[in-house]
Amino acid sequence: MRIALLSDIHANWEAFEACLAVVRDHAADKIVILGDIVGYGADPSACLDKVRELAAAGTPVVMGNHDEAVLGTRFKLNSVAATAAQWTAAILSPEQKQFLQNLPLTVIDEDRLYVHASAHTPEKFPYIQDVQGASESLRATDARLTVCGHVHVPALYHLSTTGKVMGFIPDATMPVPLSSNRRWLAVMGAVGQPRDGNPAAAFGLYDSASTEFKFVRVPYDVSAAAAKIRAAGLPDVLWQRLSLGR
Amino acid sequence: MAKPHLEPGTTLDGFHIVKLAHKGGMAVMYEVTHPDHIVPLLMKIPMLHEGEDPAAIVSFEMEQMIMPRLSGLHVPRFVAAGDFSRQPYLVYERIPGDTLYKRLDTLPMPTDEVAAIGVKVATALHSLHSQHVTHLDIKPSNIIMRHPGGEAVLIDYGLSRHDQLPDLMDEEFRLPYGTAPYMAPEQVHGIRTEPRSDLFALGVLMYFFATGRRPFGDPQSLKGLKKRVWQDPTPPRKLKPDIPSWLQEIILRCLAPDPEVRHPTAAQLAFDLANPEQVMLTPRAHKLKRDAWSERTKRRFHPKSYSQVLQREKRLATRIAAAPIIAVAIDLTDSRTELLEALRVTVDRILSTVPNARLACLNVLKGNLIALDSKLDTEGRNIHVRRIVQLKDWARPIKLPPDRVTYHVLEGVDAGALILDYVTSNHVDHVVLGARTDARLRNILGSVAAEISQKAPCTVTVVRKPRDYALDDFAEPAKTAATG
Repeated sequence: MRIALLSDIHANWEAFEACLAVVRDHAADKIVILGDIVGYGADPSACLDKVRELAAAGTPVVMGNHDEAVLGTRFKLNSVAATAAQWTAAILSPEQKQFLQNLPLTVIDEDRLYVHASAHTPEKFPYIQDVQGASESLRATDARLTVCGHVHVPALYHLSTTGKVMGFIPDATMPVPLSSNRRWLAVMGAVGQPRDGNPAAAFGLYDSASTEFKFVRVPYDVSAAAAKIRAAGLPDVLWQRLSLGR
Repeated sequence: MAKPHLEPGTTLDGFHIVKLAHKGGMAVMYEVTHPDHIVPLLMKIPMLHEGEDPAAIVSFEMEQMIMPRLSGLHVPRFVAAGDFSRQPYLVYERIPGDTLYKRLDTLPMPTDEVAAIGVKVATALHSLHSQHVTHLDIKPSNIIMRHPGGEAVLIDYGLSRHDQLPDLMDEEFRLPYGTAPYMAPEQVHGIRTEPRSDLFALGVLMYFFATGRRPFGDPQSLKGLKKRVWQDPTPPRKLKPDIPSWLQEIILRCLAPDPEVRHPTAAQLAFDLANPEQVMLTPRAHKLKRDAWSERTKRRFHPKSYSQVLQREKRLATRIAAAPIIAVAIDLTDSRTELLEALRVTVDRILSTVPNARLACLNVLKGNLIALDSKLDTEGRNIHVRRIVQLKDWARPIKLPPDRVTYHVLEGVDAGALILDYVTSNHVDHVVLGARTDARLRNILGSVAAEISQKAPCTVTVVRKPRDYALDDFAEPAKTAATG
């Protein structure tokens, strides 16, 4: 089965739509949405409605910290993110909020675990930025493959039978075979706000038969997405960073 | 748990176990057959007993990741892999031919043979490096000379590194893994990202084959291994005076402790080995003693930091692209100096973007079909030598250092075929040549440029002087046969 793994859409419709087109080209059997559907971008409603449509057709969806933020203020965000969350909360309908409200923090799918931030304390949304963070997540689950997002920078960590955790920065051209002799943690880049220096939208594609994991990059109409954020009156940094991929 | 031993006569996933072929330290090999495959096959099974070296497992995982992604004549063709959860194995083509290990009792070998083996192994390494893989365990027992083609085939990818895949060996083990006599100094320091480590190992192999002695012995301790960082080997010509200085130059360059001093790519090393008369000799070509005691001591107590090597890490593709072999075909009989100038400007522009490029200037000396080829012109001068002088004169304004430019006069009848053959056998990355301007002549004789653009296994640039566009492409729109 070919599974498309999309994280951190962040209300960027142009990026989301471009990724979905590539997902169709790859004839994926299943789509997984790894949270942060909204926040930062100017199209929360369109993105959320598309995700609801996918969810109705069986797509697993997990909750991200920005999805939670628009529901109330339990979560503290930095001022830019908080401004975006308030703006988003004012736009969303009660049904749309209800959908976010009902999202689980984790989904288990055969030998895979889907979570927005980390298998270790998913409700606290810790950032996996190094081997230490990856190690905590890998040791908190039995899943052979954990897939998450949250940091907006793609990475692949693995835990060997000798108990060592190592990290790898994947290349978008070469699918990585995930050896069954170790456990893996794949961190997806962001669909809607990449921060690894490459402005192209990022998502993952996993083939459970060949066990190959491919990190895909999709160029999209950045200027259209940026213009909408600007027109919405959201903080400038939110549209400026899109073309930089920072 | 998986079984490390299989009984002949049994079957595993459709593979029929014929017999035990080899038992090594980390794995067992069986000859196997399969109804879907006519070629002879080998099945490799890792040793996975309790208490076995965990490196056996990790290196097997690496090999399972890398082998299916390799192709070409210089690697065994991958057939199948078995999962770790059941019975891990790898099945691949059994290469007909012997490993170079079988040649150890014929050492030392004559120079020609050492160079021929060197070219073949360097060619195989270039193919491997072009596929993003550094072997990191080049030694006689991991090289099979394929029968009957004679190409070098590299086997055993258990210590290799693919620069687009996770390196499972890295960080897993504190001690460096490799084969003591052949390990490059940066490998001894735990660095696995340097493709020129493979050139060092090939240098050790060539030294050993040419002299019958290993340049750094076979140290058994880490301290002994580290000696090669400061202790230079006895020059080969001291051990065997009939080794030519060009071969010593090449071998000692491969053995330089700083990878930056070695040939930039395996293709460039193959080029030097195939063109000995063009090797630029430095003082290392002639030395007959090790460096002075004071020099060695200085190196020993003020060691070079290998962290620089790590900082220089670049993806293999980037490295190979930064050190291409560029060939320019120059028609010296062409009186149109503007075209010669345009060729030079184009070559200069290409070279300025790639700091480690080397340039091969080619000229075709047409042989005479009727009379026997005469090496002398009517005035009795040696035409070959005169052509080389003219090529050097053409290249002079480009101001390349002498170790980055070579001159070749190719003799024969068919210019296109000669250039194509040169380009293919020397792993040229980019050919630059001028277009024939006379449209009538081109339609009769065909275009060398068109033939080369069509058939060369690399990038081709066809240079024209600006006026030619108007003359050829627009004046005679009806003629489409030749587009050179």
